[in-house]
Amino acid sequence: MNNLSPVIVGAGPAGIRAAATLIAAGLKPVVVDEAIKAGGQIYRQPPDGFTRPKSSLYGFESRKADRLHHLFEAIRPQIDYRPGTLVWNAGADHLDLMASDGAAASLGFSHLLLATGATDRVQPFDGWLTPGVFTLGAAQIALKFQGSILGPRIAFAGTGPLLYLVAYQYAKAGADVVGVFDTARFADKLAALPGLLHGIGHLAKGMYYVAWLRAHGVPMYGGIVPLRVEGEGRVQGFAWQGGGRTKRVDCDAVAFGLGLRSETQLADLLGCRFAYDDLNRAWLPERSLSGRTSLAHVYLAGDGAGIAGADAAELAGERAALALLEDAGHVADRRRIALLESRLKRIAKFRHGLERAFPLPPADWGGAALADDLVLCRCEAITAGSLRQAARDLGVTELNRLKALTRIGMGRCQGRICGAAATAILAAELQCAPKAVGRLRGQAPVKPLPVVTLGREDAA
Amino acid sequence: MALLQRVAETHRQTVDFILDGQPCQALVGDTVLTAVLIQRDRLRIEEFNGAPRAGFCLMGACQDCWMLTEDGTRLRACTSFVVAGMRLVSV
Repeated sequence: MNNLSPVIVGAGPAGIRAAATLIAAGLKPVVVDEAIKAGGQIYRQPPDGFTRPKSSLYGFESRKADRLHHLFEAIRPQIDYRPGTLVWNAGADHLDLMASDGAAASLGFSHLLLATGATDRVQPFDGWLTPGVFTLGAAQIALKFQGSILGPRIAFAGTGPLLYLVAYQYAKAGADVVGVFDTARFADKLAALPGLLHGIGHLAKGMYYVAWLRAHGVPMYGGIVPLRVEGEGRVQGFAWQGGGRTKRVDCDAVAFGLGLRSETQLADLLGCRFAYDDLNRAWLPERSLSGRTSLAHVYLAGDGAGIAGADAAELAGERAALALLEDAGHVADRRRIALLESRLKRIAKFRHGLERAFPLPPADWGGAALADDLVLCRCEAITAGSLRQAARDLGVTELNRLKALTRIGMGRCQGRICGAAATAILAAELQCAPKAVGRLRGQAPVKPLPVVTLGREDAA
Repeated sequence: MALLQRVAETHRQTVDFILDGQPCQALVGDTVLTAVLIQRDRLRIEEFNGAPRAGFCLMGACQDCWMLTEDGTRLRACTSFVVAGMRLVSV
């Protein structure tokens, strides 16, 4: 057993719980994390010297945050912890790392557990490149991690639980929240109630945020379509369509997001088999409830393998670590496994409810409805029209071919931001389902590296 | 006008840095993005059509917030911390 060298990527709820599980079985995992402190995005910890209490940073989730941070501190002496470190490539038995000082290293593994988390899902719309338009996650990070707010007059647009949570956090912190603009309708939320009852605690919190915002006079709109962000050089207003009419409001910033999307690049580079997931409207690495993938020795847990939230991430992290241990010859605790899996199944039902409550906008909004001159690619200014032209003139029917010809998805973000829009546009052009156009394949490095790092790799 | 306003954690020590040739102050623990957007409404001028950019995701995913220092070094503003004496360029 002692010759096992398990590596965990990510120190959020899934990664921390997985590490604790491996340690309890006598292993010493390596934990690699891009962030400087453990906690992931949801339980992200501010830099040293910040003094707000956890109740102020994490609200209703402060007990969970505190428990997870304490767990991490308890296991920290027993892990090989690599904070501030990017995994920029993955091979069959090793990872390529870059530390925050740019130093490169190669890290071998016997077993790999990926807990890579998620980022905001966005769709481009008119004016989305204007300084002052940020993701919902960004708005929350500014407040939680930096004690600052975007705005001060800010519109919250898009859909998903984060929309109301961050609007509430901003209003409470003193921002002038000019409105919450939900692309989902109230009727969607009613229809979702049976599923949402599987997560009654989360439902109650969501209802609390909405009630608080209403009681504090924050305007809330449902079933809207974002039309444009106004302003040259910086945000000056937000315009939307609702109830058959076009309206606008003055503001200094717009926070926008349509739920979350999984970070799957490392699973892709490793060669995990992917399948299109209708619930997430995305290609995801295949995994069983145990966290096993199509590759022996590679395991997945948390939002990086499909969005299910922090509670599920903790359960899935432990479950995947137990699968790893079982595969390595440890005796499995069947009762614990059954308990974890039944809780994960219950959260999955709640997740289906959430998807009904906050459905993504109709596909034509992100596809055929986008103007030809709209820039989809923040990295290289590639327009919707150039994608359509490639589809029409060159007969492109597949996403990677589209990438090769237009450079969409080839910029610094590697398609994280534009991938969904490119898929929607190509599918609309071909009048086919999004999954029929394929998926953008991951490429190393998964994030930009200084050239000096590539030239300096030593085995570590 | 600035894009960010401080609402908490204002009792940290100050850090002196240079932005576009002008002396500026940030607070210890500020990211480069925070330090600049407390002063300005942009981080850089985008290289394709000359439009200003101010970042987007703040979690190191979108790669929209790269800034240059006076010596041409590139920094991802949302994940780099401001350091005393830094000489940043937003134009």
